[in-house]
Amino acid sequence: MEHLLTVNRLQTAFRTDQGEVISIDDVSFRLKAGETLGIVGESGCGKSVTSLSIMRLLGAKGRISRGEIIFEDKSLGKLTEAQMRDIRGNDISMIFQEPMTSLNPVFTIGHQMIEAIRLHMSLDKKAARAYAIEMLKRVGIPRPEVMVDEYPHALSGGMRQRVMIAMALSCEPRLLIADEPTTALDVTIQAQILELMKKLKQESGTAIMLITHDLGVIAEMADKVIVMYAGQVVEETDVFTLFDEPKHPYTQGLMQSIPHIDAEHGERLASIPGSVPSLQNMPAGCRFRARCPHAMEKCEAELPPLIPAGKNHLTRCWLAVQPASMAKEAAYG
Amino acid sequence: MLAYIIRRLLIAVPVLLGVTIINFIVINLAPGSPVEMMIDPNTPPADIEAKKDALGLNDPLYLQYIHWLVDVFKGNFGFSLTTYQPVAQMIGERIGPTVTLMGLSFIVGLAIAVPLGIISATRQNSKLDYLATGGSFLGISIPNFFLALGLIYVFSLELKLLPSGGMITLGGDGGFVDRLKHLILPVLVLGTGIAGKKIRYVRSSVIDILGQDYLRTARAKGVREFMVVNKHALRNALIPIVTVIGLEVPILLGGAVVTEQIFSWPGIGQLTMGSIMNRDYPTLMALNLLAAFMVLAANLLTDIIYSVADPRIKYK
Amino acid sequence: MVNQELAGRQPLLQIEQLKTYYPIRKGVISRTASHVKAVDGVNLAIYPGETVGLVGESGCGKSTIGRTIVRLEEPTEGRILFRGDDIAHYGSKAMKQVRSDMQMIFQDPYSSLNPRKRISDILAEPLLVHGILPKEQVAGEVEKLLEIVGLPKSYKNRYPHEFSGGQRQRIGIARALSLKPKLIVCDEPVSALDVSIQAQVLNLLKDLQKEFQLTYLFIGHGLGAVRYISDRIAVMYLGKVVEIATTESIFRQPKHPYTRALLSAYPVPNPHLRTKERIVIQGDVPSPANPPSGCRFHTRCPLAMAICREQEPELKGAQHSVACFASEA
Repeated sequence: MEHLLTVNRLQTAFRTDQGEVISIDDVSFRLKAGETLGIVGESGCGKSVTSLSIMRLLGAKGRISRGEIIFEDKSLGKLTEAQMRDIRGNDISMIFQEPMTSLNPVFTIGHQMIEAIRLHMSLDKKAARAYAIEMLKRVGIPRPEVMVDEYPHALSGGMRQRVMIAMALSCEPRLLIADEPTTALDVTIQAQILELMKKLKQESGTAIMLITHDLGVIAEMADKVIVMYAGQVVEETDVFTLFDEPKHPYTQGLMQSIPHIDAEHGERLASIPGSVPSLQNMPAGCRFRARCPHAMEKCEAELPPLIPAGKNHLTRCWLAVQPASMAKEAAYG
Repeated sequence: MLAYIIRRLLIAVPVLLGVTIINFIVINLAPGSPVEMMIDPNTPPADIEAKKDALGLNDPLYLQYIHWLVDVFKGNFGFSLTTYQPVAQMIGERIGPTVTLMGLSFIVGLAIAVPLGIISATRQNSKLDYLATGGSFLGISIPNFFLALGLIYVFSLELKLLPSGGMITLGGDGGFVDRLKHLILPVLVLGTGIAGKKIRYVRSSVIDILGQDYLRTARAKGVREFMVVNKHALRNALIPIVTVIGLEVPILLGGAVVTEQIFSWPGIGQLTMGSIMNRDYPTLMALNLLAAFMVLAANLLTDIIYSVADPRIKYK
Repeated sequence: MVNQELAGRQPLLQIEQLKTYYPIRKGVISRTASHVKAVDGVNLAIYPGETVGLVGESGCGKSTIGRTIVRLEEPTEGRILFRGDDIAHYGSKAMKQVRSDMQMIFQDPYSSLNPRKRISDILAEPLLVHGILPKEQVAGEVEKLLEIVGLPKSYKNRYPHEFSGGQRQRIGIARALSLKPKLIVCDEPVSALDVSIQAQVLNLLKDLQKEFQLTYLFIGHGLGAVRYISDRIAVMYLGKVVEIATTESIFRQPKHPYTRALLSAYPVPNPHLRTKERIVIQGDVPSPANPPSGCRFHTRCPLAMAICREQEPELKGAQHSVACFASEA
């Protein structure tokens, strides 16, 4: 088994008052054990839906309408709910963006950790509590034996995110999905959490799926990156190639619109004109077309597939098609 | 916390005094007098005046109020103008039946409302949801007196299964089963009203909580959906529910007036009704004071329970 | 803008020893037991035409300063000199006069736009309230404002919910501009927006500044955005300004250990720089209700000395001011 996780042409749809809306479409990627995959994109691009699809936590209104998700050797879509519960928090666990609201305010931290531990590990209450304290210590919570009996409101945002991480890692998952884990935190606290995640990853070898809108965090953490736009993967490659030679015009635009802290002062910021199309009226063809400086006729006519643009580099853009093969296509057209 | 409770109790004293003063004025502004209510309309006016003098009803208002206040501090709350019993004793006799009736109605109402509210929230827009919300609508909109009369007609007159009123069968043994039989209909009437209001409240409170991030965390840990709803969500949803229930305790004492009257239940509600009819000023004043006290006590108690239920709330 | 240029000019806004405290009540009679010292003695001058960036982590008081300047919060102590007049204790009538010259843009444009009003009404309101224009000219002015912020005129009949976050922020900017203010306090105006939209709004703010000679106080936590737009930057920690200098100096030679930690913690979007030694400061920001003695940063400072616990460092240096004993030594 080479890959820990294989997501193959995943499509997820949500029921709304106006009928079913496709939220993500044709999302494919693979993740090896111990690897960190960054998923980057702006709000509404489908990065969170992708992670919730993997966890099968889409709620009553969402469903995976096409494609498959293979974790280890199991097809997650085919498992029963009980089998899926066995995987959640055990083989795959998750941390979320809002540490302030992700912990239940009426139960102590210890209670919430012990609940997770006892669901998946055969420990009695006492042993589970000792283990919870041990985990809190590992994530750098001061006075863990006291904090274990605290309610979440007594902790700062950074501390709560540490608790979430402790809880997520307590059953030694093979995959940790981190959905914007530092977005709500201050920059010095973000640095602490990122350091912690790196350290824990080295110790445990857990694969990480890191979802973020922050290219800085991606550059800092990821081995491999996928860029999502309007519910689709538009580029996939290793982190160095992505920053050195971004191929998709959206990725390029994104890179140029970050105000760098080491840029020359006074230069004008590039920006991507317009805004993301809404799910209800997604245009045919390339979804980035209306905002793209290189849009051609073909982009309107046909949605580009993920096209190889180098070694381990895919991009959903007709520009990546080599002139030769384009000519060929035209000839056969 | 202790400082908070002491502060609230200290504030309560002037509030209660103020309430009694306003009540006293309002009662005395109302037309009619206790003497006119209790005697033959043909009695000569001089005799009426003499009677009023004897009862102290011709004293200046402030003096009457002070006399009443002295009685309150003596602990007897004055003497009823109709029965000449100490008011404290009259209320004491009737508070038991009312508490039994109200307490049971509350329990029955909530036992219906909480599970139905949860089911209806977790299966939004399903048939069950429509059934529960429809039922709650009926519960709210059927007036108590109407439901009471309907139930009496069916169960007492037609089926002859249950007594139509009173607390015990006259001449009967007055045992547990007998008392229970007398309770069923009034509790059903009051319980339906409570359930009707609370179903929708529980429903919206649970729906509010169902969107919270920490439930997603619980699911992501592998917690089963039943526990997600009935442990993680319910514990949070109950916080606002407890508040509303607590604040309604005193209102329910008032709400029992009509029901107690119809079922001739010997409780506070009936006493209230009787003393209004007879312009029994001391009894009315005491009942008002009791109501005001209940409101304040329920408020304080709700706040205390609130801080116990929600670890985020700490009073200073 | 260079400091020498500024030296000879009058500041548009000058705050002196500004303090904004929130009371914490306790005990049986709710006496004020202590204060949250959100802003605790800040001096800051803003010159016409420049942008001063105000950075710091949550709870450092940067937003409170902005809100106190436009008098959405009451200052506890200190002076707020706007064009030389102390407006710190102006009544609401006097403030109304000043307000047309001093506007604010908020982080969440959605919650600051009335959802039941059309855009045309939202933009017309300040014009009518302040009686800037005769009624018949207001409609034309609204269209002009929309054009200025890069929105089609036809949008004027829409409601706030029909707009995306970036467009709503443009409307917020248009509303702030309608009274032709001199100073705009921008309270995290791009923090809630996506990166590509952030760039649009930042560029717009820059263009407008040039066109209308605006002066900005730009409050933000994204260092990239603050750097892009600011001429000078003030760094705040727990209610105090710890360093203030030109953008260039702050980024090239940060002097305060907190500023250095802040810059170092910022994840640089370049994977090749990943291995750089970063200064990760430990712990959380202490509570502003009970700030540490001496230098407020000493509990987390890698350079803390004995004196830092006892004495409060003053902001020193004319061009590049810093409040730190270690940098004086």
